[in-house]
Parts: sequence; C-alpha cells; structure tokens
Amino acid sequence: MEIPKTFLGYKREDGRTGTRNHVIILPVDDISNACAEAVANNIKGTIALPHSYGRLQFGADLELHFRTMIGTGKNPNVAAVIVIGIEPKWTKRIVDAIATTGKPVEGFSIEGVGDIDTIARVSKKAQEFSIWASEKQREERPISDLWISVKCGESDTTSGLASNPTVGNLMDKLEPLGVHLCFGETSELTGAETVCEKRGKTPEAQEKFRKTWSSYNDFILKEATNDLSESQPTAGNIAGGLTTIEEKAFGNFQKIGGCKFIDVLEPAEEPTKGPGLYFMDTSSAAAECVTLQAAGGFNLHLFPTGQGNIIGNPIEPVVKLTANPLTAKTMSEHIDVDVSKILSREINLDEAGDELIKATIRVANGRLTCAEALGHREFVMTKLYRSA
Amino acid sequence: MAGTDIIIHDEKDNVGVVVIEKITPKQDCDCWIMENDKSVKIQSIDEIPLGHKIAMTDLNEGDTILKYGHDIGKVVKSIKKGEHVHVHNVKTKKW
Repeated sequence: MEIPKTFLGYKREDGRTGTRNHVIILPVDDISNACAEAVANNIKGTIALPHSYGRLQFGADLELHFRTMIGTGKNPNVAAVIVIGIEPKWTKRIVDAIATTGKPVEGFSIEGVGDIDTIARVSKKAQEFSIWASEKQREERPISDLWISVKCGESDTTSGLASNPTVGNLMDKLEPLGVHLCFGETSELTGAETVCEKRGKTPEAQEKFRKTWSSYNDFILKEATNDLSESQPTAGNIAGGLTTIEEKAFGNFQKIGGCKFIDVLEPAEEPTKGPGLYFMDTSSAAAECVTLQAAGGFNLHLFPTGQGNIIGNPIEPVVKLTANPLTAKTMSEHIDVDVSKILSREINLDEAGDELIKATIRVANGRLTCAEALGHREFVMTKLYRSA
Repeated sequence: MAGTDIIIHDEKDNVGVVVIEKITPKQDCDCWIMENDKSVKIQSIDEIPLGHKIAMTDLNEGDTILKYGHDIGKVVKSIKKGEHVHVHNVKTKKW
C-alpha cells in the first residue's frame, strides 16, 4: 500500500498540527472543577477537564502536575485554553507557559470573587474563544505532523499475537516518514528490560532507559512484600496461556515493531530530538498513561486491547483495535479496528498494518473514534507521592 | 491461505500458540510462522486450549524457551515436541 503523504489537520501558531480543534477549560486544582464544568455547560464548543489534584503538592510531584497541565494546554489538538485556579499565582504560571505556543489562552482565579462571578467572566471569554476556533479550517499537512502514542490494555494472548504486532507494523512503516512515536508502561516492560534497553538508538538513550527502569524496579522491591511472581503474570494471564513475566513483557513490546527509541522522556515531557520513537516513563494504568502522552504533545493514540478496555481522552483521540473476535463482537461500539482475521490467517500482519494506517489517517482527518462518540474523556493526573 | 491452528511469531521460536478453541491429542496441526509467512505442520501430544503454547521441538531441563524470538523462561521439566508448554514445565528466569 502506498501511504498517503498528507492528512487534513489544523495548523497551529507554533507550526504543530492538531487532529482536533478543542477549546478547553482547564482547572488548576480540584476545587476549581465546579467552575470549569459550569462554563463548559454554558458555552457550546468547549470542554472542561476536571481532575482530582493540584493542592499542597510539592517537589517533583508538583512539577509533574504543572508539566501535565501545561503540556495539555500546549497540545496542538487544543485551539485555545482557559485556565481556572483558586489563586492567581499557579494559574499564571500555567497560562504563561501555554502562551509560548502563540495560541489564545487566558487565566482566571476564584479567590476573592467566588464561583458565580468567575463563571460569568470566564463564560464571556470562553464564548469568544469558541466562536474564534469554530472558523479554523483543516488543511493539508504532511504525514510527519502526526505524533502517535501507543499503549495497550486489558491484554490477553491475542494482544501479543496480533493486535500489538499490528501496531508494530504501523510503526515500522511510519517511522521512516518522519512521524513522532511514543511508547511507555515502564512496569509492563519488566522481563524484557534488557532487550528493550538495547533498542536505544544511542548509548545515552540506553543509559537513560536503564536508569528509569531500575528506579521503578527499586521502588517495587522496596514496597513489595515478596517478588512479583505472585502477581505477574496475573492468574487471568496464566489461565489465558501466559506463562512468565518475560512472555507478557515481550507481548507488550511488540507494539514498537523493529523501531529504536532515540530518547527517554520524563512523564508528560515533550520530545525535542526530532522525529522517531520515544520511550516515556509512565504507569501502565491506561488513563494515566494516555494523559501523560497527550501532555507530551502527541496528537493521536493507538490502543490495542484484548478483553476490551474502553478508555478515551478529552484531547487526544484514542483509536482502539482488537484481535480478539469475541471482543470485536460483544464490544463492537468500542472497537475502531478489528484485526481478528489475523488469527484465522485471513489477513497477514502487513495487511493488518495497512488497515490500521488507513484508520489512523481517517481519524487524523476528523473521523470520530468510538471513544469520542461515546463521550470517554478520562483525564487522570499521575501522582508521584502524597501531598503535604 | 485461510485457516491455521497454531501461530508461531518468529522463525527462531521453539513454541507456538494455539489459536483455535483447543487442539486434541494426536491432532495434525497447521502452523503459521508470522515473521516470514511460512507454514509448517506438527502433531500434538496433549490437549491444549486457545492461547496456550505447544512445543515445536523436544526440550530438555535448563533449555531456554524462545517466543517472539526472545528468551521468555527456562524449562524445569523436559518437554516433548507436541506437548503443552506452561507453568508446570517452564519458569521465569527473573526470580
């Protein structure tokens, strides 16, 4: 198949391209959710991104909170941003960082005025942003403006057999075209960590991966009461035929095909080393992982599932694929791409990879994903440790 | 070519994965090597359910199991070609 050289996207002020055109109302902290949701109810064409944190965090945990907030606002799938916080200082820090992209952004704080007055003032600005964004048109943009993140969930043997290798096949085909790619799930790579480390393109990338994985593993060894053999693979994994943690990890690892990663990113960190594959240090919990990847600037997500994870994200469209014929049938409203014919050998990996590329470009062009149509907007902050 | 009973990821692998509901003892099975799109055949010894592994060759204690072309654990009880490969005869090398 000849891969299209372009897709239809929204060109942003900073040169990036969005696959979506969202106007977001971003609460800095948990107590500003009510205000943000009220504004999104008032003004059509806006979405609120409520979450549970943002107060009394400190150190690396607070930095990650800011990085996630700022990265979400900077993501090219977002046309304009309103930031609402209880107090002005943290709000301004987020607004100023998002403003470096050149996109419209405005901050409001609630202290001293209360919710109702804030909702009225914010609604006026949100209406202005919504109408402004509605005039943005999609235009032809190079395929290399796609930034694709991947993560799998509710995996079973069909994941390692077929749906993950299908994503790997897509990566092998899109990487030479200058697409940015990202995988994560530090914990789920345990068992394949030495092989994964060797997939670093440079000694620096390999060293960074080794440090990242070791630091995760040290944490597990510190907190765990015994080794992971009781929980990895899980009883369900074993019933499904997975024998060892290595086997599970290599199934997961199929998602990157034969690609090598050029750098290791902190959670929610934006890649800066140009096109190619990146590893991001993330949890393996689906919503946390995708939220971090979206904050890193990725504009389209591929999510292979076995038993049927239903996750979505408010700003990054999540394309779901499965190779499990039962899941494709019983959960059809969640599955964008059915590659179960690989298992019956009706199609091969090359053909499945082509199907996934076609679906990816259709979604990049504006086709709603199943998760978007169903209203899945899971926005989940990663917390490193308890607040002060 | 449509239909296969077992999928093998990589040419180097010494196990394949059952992709039909189950295979029964002494069944002649079609295997598909995904990496190079080749076909091979094997006769089963055990009954093996969907998603579980079959030994593609005789394996001795201490041998390494290769799947996806990678080391996924060690043989702890010798396995004959066509037998079920799982937690009863293979363990992680991790712990």
